[in-house]
Amino acid sequence: MTINEIQEQIIEEFSAFTDWMDKYEYLIELGKNLPLIDEKSKTEQCLIRGCQSRVWIDAEYVNGKIIYKADSDAIITKGIISLLIRVMSDHEPAEIKNADLFFIEKTGLHENLSPTRANGLLAMIKQMRLYAAAFALIHEKELI
Amino acid sequence: MMIDAIEVRKNFPILSTTVHGNPLIYLDNAATTQKPECVIQTIDELYRTSNANIHRGVHFLSEQCTQKYETARETVRKFINAEKTSEIIFTAGTTGSINLVATSFGERFVSVGDEIIISEMEHHSNIVPWQLLCERKGATLKIIPFDDKGILRIDLLDSLINEHTKIIALTHVSNVLGTINPVKEIIAKAHSRNIPVLIDGAQATPHGDVDVQDLDCDFYAFSGHKIYAPTGIGVLYGKEKLLEQMPPYQGGGDMISTVTFEKTTYAQLPLKFEAGTLNFIDAIALGAAIEYVNATGKQNIIEYEQKLLDYATKKLSAIEGLKIFGEADKKVALISFLLKDIHHLDTGMILDKKGIAVRTGTLCTEPLLTHFGKTGFVRASFAFYNTFDEIDTLAKNLEKILLMFN
Repeated sequence: MTINEIQEQIIEEFSAFTDWMDKYEYLIELGKNLPLIDEKSKTEQCLIRGCQSRVWIDAEYVNGKIIYKADSDAIITKGIISLLIRVMSDHEPAEIKNADLFFIEKTGLHENLSPTRANGLLAMIKQMRLYAAAFALIHEKELI
Repeated sequence: MMIDAIEVRKNFPILSTTVHGNPLIYLDNAATTQKPECVIQTIDELYRTSNANIHRGVHFLSEQCTQKYETARETVRKFINAEKTSEIIFTAGTTGSINLVATSFGERFVSVGDEIIISEMEHHSNIVPWQLLCERKGATLKIIPFDDKGILRIDLLDSLINEHTKIIALTHVSNVLGTINPVKEIIAKAHSRNIPVLIDGAQATPHGDVDVQDLDCDFYAFSGHKIYAPTGIGVLYGKEKLLEQMPPYQGGGDMISTVTFEKTTYAQLPLKFEAGTLNFIDAIALGAAIEYVNATGKQNIIEYEQKLLDYATKKLSAIEGLKIFGEADKKVALISFLLKDIHHLDTGMILDKKGIAVRTGTLCTEPLLTHFGKTGFVRASFAFYNTFDEIDTLAKNLEKILLMFN
């Protein structure tokens, strides 16, 4: 599936929820299925630090695609990252770089974009795009 | 007289709003309090009828505004029972006040090898300004620890004080633990060794009756916005004899007596420490907020908030898996807690959707969190417009959150 198709799927899933508690319960469930980073890979380098929760995001380059793993000490945050990973992971760097992440607003998760949520969605997305750009530079420089 | 919170709430327009479809339950009062109609009206009226820069103009509006500003200073003086209005300096807030002392007192009295004592339960605002001073001067910061109940180990104070100690800076009330520290006793002990004491009163002034002469503190700092006044205005009380010896903090208009390119002489207290155009509108509104508190009655507020605290402590303690941090006998009305191993952010985000405003995170006290080995707490902090029903709703929702995460 393309990034946009996955986003449409998520929007469809969220349209079933009538209130925020349902959304949160779903995010809590999703959080449990997040592809986790190994404990030993939770280094300072992949930590996004904030005053609220800690988030670790790591990535690898496999056959021309980026595979993300992440973790957080807060469960709802984990659920939100798992959505991001579902959308962005297993795609080519160029797709990730150019993706318009419209599902965030359509699902109401944009409330978590507030800059005071220091390591909110914005920081996570930025980190994921940076990984994509870095891997593209390393592996695809002859193409650029 | 027992406060009728339902009546009191009518004075605070924001309290009738809804959040995510639920009535707002505002339990983040230790971060900032809501403003009563009289404070909002004061600001509105001042800009409509009286706005003119203070102290400089000879015209009607300027004189009127100056008079109101100086009346507000007198209201603040009475509020904390300072001896003179020259000892009341308007600042931007508690942080501004502490930075003023750390910089100006530090410039005059602190040098290499000296020591400054603070405590383990300080807000970052009463840590970082002293660290900056220590870095500038080559001085050392020493820490009074607290025990696991959140009570200061003042038995260790004697071993921390020595001939190098230049000042003790201590919070009156912890913004996380709620502990009311025995500052009068600590001040007496410090004075017996000729050491001045600064008290951070940000969390004490909204909940108690502060008398700086009775405490005999040398400096007392507090914020307007935590006591129903606007943001951006605060107070530094300082003993005149110390303030006189301290150099100006910032240079500019209003703080001078005469200026030539060769030599500038400074204004008398308190203007020596009020450079530039002060936030005079909000200073006057602080006066209005204090009058509101006085009319409500400090003792009434103390009694009602104590009942809220006792009730909330009982309700929250009854929740299985909820742990309260800060169990001193003498506390103000705030409770920091965690639900089992549920992250504070998760708890806070769900409460928010229920219309309940609490604070989560480090609460600007990372060393305090380190003591407990935690990365954050959830804090519910109360004011005299909060009700027992609101505490019930909080408790009910905390039970639900436990179920959700189970």
